[in-house]
Amino acid sequence: MSSELVQDYTVVQGRAKSFYERFERKPELQHQTHFCPGCGHGIVHKMLARAIDELGIQDKTILVGPVGCSVFTYYYFDVGNVQAAHGRAPAVATAMKRSRPESIVIGYQGDGDLSAIGAAEILHAANRGENITVIFVNNAIYSMTGGQAAPTTLIGQKSTTTPEGRRSLTEGYPMHVSELLATLQGPVYIERVGLGDNKQIAQANRAVRRAVENQVKGLGFSLIEVLSTCPTIWKMSAVDAQHWVRDVMEQTFPLGVFCDRTKEARPRRELEAAPSLDRIPGLLGVADQELPEAAATLSEAVQAIDLHVRVAGFGGQGVLLLGEVLAEAGLDAGLEVSWLPSYGPEMRSGTSNCHVRLSSQTIDSPLVTSPGILVAMNEPSLRKFDKSVRPGGWVIYNGEEFPPDCVREDVRVLALPFTQVAHDLGDARACNMVMLGALLEIAKGLPQASIDAALGRLIKNTKWLALDERALTRGRELFRGSFPEV
Amino acid sequence: MTETPQKDRGLLRIDVDECKGCGLCIEACPPKAIDMSEHLNHYGYRTAVYAGAGCTGCGICFMACPEPGAITVLRAVMATAGVVPAMNTGIEGAAHA
Ligand SMILES: Cc1ncc(C[n+]2csc(CCOP(=O)(O)OP(=O)(O)O)c2C)c(N)n1
Ligand code: SF4
Ligand code: SF4
Repeated sequence: MSSELVQDYTVVQGRAKSFYERFERKPELQHQTHFCPGCGHGIVHKMLARAIDELGIQDKTILVGPVGCSVFTYYYFDVGNVQAAHGRAPAVATAMKRSRPESIVIGYQGDGDLSAIGAAEILHAANRGENITVIFVNNAIYSMTGGQAAPTTLIGQKSTTTPEGRRSLTEGYPMHVSELLATLQGPVYIERVGLGDNKQIAQANRAVRRAVENQVKGLGFSLIEVLSTCPTIWKMSAVDAQHWVRDVMEQTFPLGVFCDRTKEARPRRELEAAPSLDRIPGLLGVADQELPEAAATLSEAVQAIDLHVRVAGFGGQGVLLLGEVLAEAGLDAGLEVSWLPSYGPEMRSGTSNCHVRLSSQTIDSPLVTSPGILVAMNEPSLRKFDKSVRPGGWVIYNGEEFPPDCVREDVRVLALPFTQVAHDLGDARACNMVMLGALLEIAKGLPQASIDAALGRLIKNTKWLALDERALTRGRELFRGSFPEV
Repeated sequence: MTETPQKDRGLLRIDVDECKGCGLCIEACPPKAIDMSEHLNHYGYRTAVYAGAGCTGCGICFMACPEPGAITVLRAVMATAGVVPAMNTGIEGAAHA
């Protein structure tokens, strides 16, 4: 080539458009990433940004970032961004893709994120053949947290949790994620690539682009596993780390295509988009009902309400429904409410309980650890929670005899055979509503109209509705009979 | 018109404020046209510097570098044809940019 012919220079490789011009994560050096020098994440980021550029999909890409060193994807990629909880990127990406089928949804995950805490998510997303792209950056270690072993850590590799090197006897074997997922019928494309040398990097580039392109074509689930470097935790120079990928890591994790159904794959029929919000009441069969509207101004009595209620009893006693009616009534009255059922292992039998908060202020926590009102529908429940009632609080107890050893000077008690009362009204199962009636006398401010509205929404059967209304009234009367002064 | 001085097919620009001195580009560059600087940048890193000659514009160092824009690779445009000479870079898409 004759040098005289050179007239000018034009850029052939430069900053991808899909990166933000400035990274606002820190006040200075806003064009630099937060990664350590030589980190493979930076290289993989560039591959992805370039694929997005080349495919012209920047405006419709949603990137789902992980927890790990690459947590800050949203600071770098000028696309739609979501940062998922640890390991949950495939689940989040599934939701994104299904509700926005026209978007290109890409999950980015480390090996701790994907193969440890998120093992179930990736397995099922792949098995369902979600039409998403996953970039899986395998650096054989948990880097962000300082170098604990991952499922992908090599045999003999030292980490803070395998100081003598990983042993199969105690830590099992390096997990071959690509091979594992390739046994499923769902995925369309799975390839393992590396950052071990120029040739590998070039192939990794092609693979990343292909995995994104598969989604653009609507073909289905694609995953690219990238054997990546972590010079910092591996305690190597960037160049040595690169060589280690090629000379050592690759021995355990061979590169190659493990699944390619792109030829047979037909563009997937788009799933019906998720129903819009205004259709939900209809789908739930509550379209004709008036849903509560937040009261613009609360009456003084309602404003004063600040309830911390714990309801406990045996499964089947209507513990949860009692709490639900109370919360629903609060909602109707324009209050902030929370209702938290807690059945733990006793779901089928034994005790169940729920936490209910009603307040005109924002509710900080739905947990009611020291209730102002305890509704104990049987003795074991009373014994479980009586100590937790706050001084000045109330216990509404289903039983004529209040156990003497549960008596507290600083707590008031209404102990009555509520089950018997309900039985006399027509059905012992209405016991919960009799007790709720008593509770409503303590929580005076709640308007009867809100309680009626709540019952109407939650009790569908008219016979039961009538019985429950009688039960509530009876509960109120019983309370007033015992505590006329309150 | 004076005669154009000898020019390479490629040209390299390195942003010394973005470079972290990891050395991956030096390792990657086939004609070995990148050196490590003697002095430190604003951030305290020695940085990659173009040796001043020898760049073929292959673009391989760009993809080896972890930083989004520390390296920009340029390629000569020929006066006669007005086009960038084609080259096998081993990197798909290298001719787009
Ligand atoms: C629910 C939860 N559990 C644990 C952690 C702690 N944690 C943060 S990052 C990480 C591991 C990340 O490893 P990897 O996915 O390999 O990413 P890398 O940092 O190596 O890129 C862990 C365990 C967390 N943030 N959240
Ligand atoms: S610790 Fe490792 S993975 Fe994390 S940024 Fe540094 S080099 Fe990258
Ligand atoms: S690869 Fe990038 S960051 Fe590393 S020395 Fe070269 S220009 Fe600097």
